[in-house]
Amino acid sequence: MYAYDEIDRTLVNERVSEFRDQVKRRLSGELTEDEFKILRLQNGVYLQLHAYMFRVAIPYGTLASNQLRALAHVARKYDRGYGHFTTRQNIQFNWIKLAELPDALADLAEVGIHAMQTSGNNMRNVTSDQWAGVAPGEIEDPRIWSELIRQHTTLHPEFSFLPRKFKIAITASDHDRAAIKIHDIGLRLIKNEKGETGFEVLVGGGLGRTPFIGKTIKHFVHGRDILSYIEAILRVYNQYGRRDNIYKARIKILVHELGIEKFSREVEDEWQYIRNSSLQIDDEVIEDIRSRFAYPAYEKLPHMPDELRQAAADPDFEAWRKNSVAPHKVQGYSIVTISLKPIGAPPGDATAEQMDALADLADRYSFGEIRVGHEQNLALPHVAKRDLPALWKALDKLGLATPNVNLITDIIACPGLDYCSLANARSIPIAQELTRRFANHELANLIGRLHINISGCINACGHHHVGHIGILGVEKNGEEVYQITIGGRADEGAALGNLIGPGVKFDEVADVIEDVVEAYLALRERPEELFIDTVKRLGVEPFKERVYATR
Amino acid sequence: MTSPLEQKKIKIAGPSVVTANRTWDGIVVYRTAAKSWSPDLSEAAIVRNSDEAKALLAESVADDVGAIGPYIAPVQIGADGKIEPGNLREQIRRTGLTIGQPAQA
Repeated sequence: MYAYDEIDRTLVNERVSEFRDQVKRRLSGELTEDEFKILRLQNGVYLQLHAYMFRVAIPYGTLASNQLRALAHVARKYDRGYGHFTTRQNIQFNWIKLAELPDALADLAEVGIHAMQTSGNNMRNVTSDQWAGVAPGEIEDPRIWSELIRQHTTLHPEFSFLPRKFKIAITASDHDRAAIKIHDIGLRLIKNEKGETGFEVLVGGGLGRTPFIGKTIKHFVHGRDILSYIEAILRVYNQYGRRDNIYKARIKILVHELGIEKFSREVEDEWQYIRNSSLQIDDEVIEDIRSRFAYPAYEKLPHMPDELRQAAADPDFEAWRKNSVAPHKVQGYSIVTISLKPIGAPPGDATAEQMDALADLADRYSFGEIRVGHEQNLALPHVAKRDLPALWKALDKLGLATPNVNLITDIIACPGLDYCSLANARSIPIAQELTRRFANHELANLIGRLHINISGCINACGHHHVGHIGILGVEKNGEEVYQITIGGRADEGAALGNLIGPGVKFDEVADVIEDVVEAYLALRERPEELFIDTVKRLGVEPFKERVYATR
Repeated sequence: MTSPLEQKKIKIAGPSVVTANRTWDGIVVYRTAAKSWSPDLSEAAIVRNSDEAKALLAESVADDVGAIGPYIAPVQIGADGKIEPGNLREQIRRTGLTIGQPAQA
């Protein structure tokens, strides 16, 4: 866990006081909605269909147990008893009252949580690998660099009024769990031939109305230069990014229109002015941040404890272990992913009771630490293998042991038309129906790794473009219609999915997905060939044929 | 179900109301003939042409402290005079989620 210093605490508390005053002036009529809107957005407050929505940042997806309890408290006291974990390591509360928001923020500030820059045209929450610091083979903990960027960009005046929102993600592993290629800036931690830490920098990725996979703008930027290089990118974006058309305002459009070579030259020119400035990072700064991350005092434990050997006889435990438990960099420990995708439930939601109970489990089994992943699941990053059976039983009692991580029912979905003022169609009921169709664990296991992503509008908060199967809800003649894509992926091999044909109605979506899956099972060369690989090998046509032959 | 945020012109094809969200708590409200806001759709002022709609919207926008984001939404009026939302979006705003809430599950 990262320990905030006095400066951080003061900043967060002052922000709460400032927002309390702004809310007071808004409710008295001293501020109009036009004047207030930008202020509330900068504090993560949206207006949705039924109420205000409050988005809280979970920087680089790391939470302490007391912070998770504070989120549970907010859900219980100020909302309707639950929260929704998003695809960018935030949590959203859907029923918050404006008049009570300052109190909710004050309660969160007590544990170092805030909502700054979770909305608005500024630098959003810096996200990272939810397995950061514990993944085997990782270059180094990417959260150290995430924290450096978080500190530099929080309330940075030059980045507070960008042409549009700006998102950065960082990974330090070969397998990209942070989806860096669909971010405005994606950073991949690497070492150069001298063994020095630096970054491959990607730029111009993003989804929404005009999706692009990020392009490498520089193959190696030394760690000490990363702030100045990011700042150079942002300066070029700030200067040339379009403010006249919201649909063309993201950096991906600028990179596309200028071309990566020209964009890169502009950045290089700007960088030369600021590279050797105070933005150059001393090793001591990095070491200071590193020292503020408290790493657990791991015990020396056996690779295969007796408890795990005995539990392996239980097929239910084994089904969960196989999909939820991943190797840890320290022998005798595991990373446990907690599925927030129970069959028939809204993806990514957790009740206050579940959050409180998970905080207790984190204290007991994971050194008080919880992680949030962009797939809308949680993780306990430091679980001793001997504790896995006991943890599984405890999670099962909470309804949090669904053994479907990375399987077809581990669906990413945006809130859709049930909550969102921008949505054209519902997402959650589609996800719920799909989880029921594929609830049989043996079937889901037979299908293997398959990611379904659902968005209720073209803004793509459900990342439909990069789902192995993507579902996009649109509106046509007053009806909800869903376009299906296949072949997308969000990892190191990121790709955009391809449309399989005309949109289908709400009631037909689950049938169509069943057809796609049946086609895959018939077409795959061997059981180990994943859906995404079959699509890559054969293209869209055989799937299209199967779906539309009888429709 | 085109988002009202994308509405460019005021053009109504049938009976409509002005709806918004109450400022202090965000709940869905409707503009009434008594120039106030009500969470009850049955109390909404009905407009039937563009001029009436423009006037009701202008009055609603002016009440910035009472409610935010006012826009014109279609309704259907039954034979018994009952007012119902005119599309799925407005139906969801009026009656709530089409799914259960996790805390109730």
